[in-house]
Amino acid sequence: MIDFEYVRASDVADAVRQSAASTGAKFIAGGTNLIDLMKEDVEKPRRLIDISRLPLKQVEETAEGGVKIGALVPNSDLAYHSLIERRYPVLASAILAGASAQLRNMASIGGNLLQRTRCYYFYDAATPCNKREPGSGCPAIEGLNRMHAILGASEHCIATHPSDMCVALAILEARVHVAGPDGERVIPFPDFHRLPGDMPQTDTNLQPHEIVTAVEIPPQGFAKNYTYLKIRDRLSYAFALVSVAAGLEIEDGTIKEARFALGGVAHKPWRNRAAEDLLRGQAANAGNFQQAADILLREAKGYSHNRFKIDLARRTIVRALTQAARGTPQIQSDKKVR
Amino acid sequence: MARSPGESLPAQGKLPVVLTINGKRAQLGVAPWTTLLDALRDHLDLTGTKKGCDHGQCGACTVLLNGRRINSCLTFAVMQDGAEITTVEGLAANGSLHPVQQAFIDHDAFQCGYCTSGQICSAVGLISEGRAKSAAEIRELMSGNICRCGAYPNIVAAIQQAMGKP
Ligand SMILES: Cc1cc2nc3c(=O)[nH]c(=O)nc-3n(C[C@H](O)[C@H](O)[C@H](O)COP(=O)(O)OP(=O)(O)OC[C@H]3O[C@@H](n4cnc5c(N)ncnc54)[C@H](O)[C@@H]3O)c2cc1C
Ligand code: SF4
Ligand code: FES
Ligand code: FES
Repeated sequence: MIDFEYVRASDVADAVRQSAASTGAKFIAGGTNLIDLMKEDVEKPRRLIDISRLPLKQVEETAEGGVKIGALVPNSDLAYHSLIERRYPVLASAILAGASAQLRNMASIGGNLLQRTRCYYFYDAATPCNKREPGSGCPAIEGLNRMHAILGASEHCIATHPSDMCVALAILEARVHVAGPDGERVIPFPDFHRLPGDMPQTDTNLQPHEIVTAVEIPPQGFAKNYTYLKIRDRLSYAFALVSVAAGLEIEDGTIKEARFALGGVAHKPWRNRAAEDLLRGQAANAGNFQQAADILLREAKGYSHNRFKIDLARRTIVRALTQAARGTPQIQSDKKVR
Repeated sequence: MARSPGESLPAQGKLPVVLTINGKRAQLGVAPWTTLLDALRDHLDLTGTKKGCDHGQCGACTVLLNGRRINSCLTFAVMQDGAEITTVEGLAANGSLHPVQQAFIDHDAFQCGYCTSGQICSAVGLISEGRAKSAAEIRELMSGNICRCGAYPNIVAAIQQAMGKP
């Protein structure tokens, strides 16, 4: 690990100011991703700005009937928050599907949004990687790419975003509140993370020195018909090969609203409005779910080690939508997929 | 004593940190990149907490931070200035083992013992969280602690005993 200076931010404005006052500064919250990457010499901040003591730890109801979550709320506290359990169980379930109890106790909401890819080459500073060293190449395209993207990748990077929580936030249509040198703004969730394109070094549309202060979720929570189904190489404590967050609104057997997003398949949580629109007004059955899955996966492209993900994703979508329609969500401690 | 947020710290060299460890106040000077795990083992001679992977992947370094279980390898000591830490050395009280420690002995819940202090601290955290009821829930919520010797069935049994469910 390289030498760095450690400072503590006294408030949000101070955090932004301290970041803008130096080159190579990084915020640190729970530290569970950043410290890991610093030990690997992947992240080399010259200044660490500790934001973990800032008062961004509230979960509050909003005037419109939604909820606003402070960026420093620990993942575990959010998953077990009664309001989230009751109104947004898909979010609670997705968080509990990720990492371990210890890590969730430390990990913050903001840090979870901004965690970096688990691509093996990104983690190995001895190999080239366009995300770590722009222009050096992408060994994953021809190399080991089991966990890599099947959607939205580019010739420069085929990494995936590893977060479970973000897949649920995508279907809940969250908004990310940020503060920066030019004041505050709100970023709709689809615009928060970006696709790699020719700038894979940039994971999100956050501007330099901007800090995430909160995540806001609108009222619609799909508390009755939802699931978070995560498929991985071992049953716990592993990143997703494919995951699906699903939320349905069903009236008399007819789908009024359908939302589903995929994790582990792209540089950001993946939704497809055409696939969701197709389900509106339809019966909640496997045939229709299959068609929706086919639309979402129409442009999927596999690489040498991850072609299986296309079929896996298709089946996981159908299974997840079936679980949601039946009102029998995947329980994270139950390792049987029903 | 916790420092107020934002109070300026010396820019380089060793940073002063005060921790309450197992009920005792400890004052130390650490480089900013010293993890809590290294501070415990190398600065305070508390070697009960183990380093397995140093990357959050095994749970050997689990300690209780203000009563909550965390991986001490993924936090810097300086970030925890003012905090209360409980390590495996601090669980026994008045000469008798903590019920979780006793249950691990009763159920033979270890072989080599390398993961054990992490398992025990994690189990103490799990029980105080109160979220695990069934064996399946114990397994899921203990999945952050890897046991290379595969003592899992005995670990689950020990935790059930400590939870008062023989
Ligand atoms: C072994 C292991 C297994 C894991 N498994 C999973 C899993 O299965 N699923 C999953 O989803 N996750 C998993 N994780 C990842 C975990 O969820 C993240 O490490 C965690 O959410 C990061 O949060 P943090 O607060 O610790 O972030 P930090 O490490 O503090 O920060 C991460 C990044 O976010 C930036 N940042 C943090 N907060 C803010 C803010 N408010 N504003 C702007 N920038 C900010 C930091 O500068 C840094 O770049 C795993 C991690 C480990 C170590
Ligand atoms: S997939 Fe992206 S992160 Fe992985 S090696 Fe290629 S450029 Fe780097
Ligand atoms: S040493 Fe900390 S989790 Fe392995
Ligand atoms: S007892 Fe040997 S690793 Fe668990």
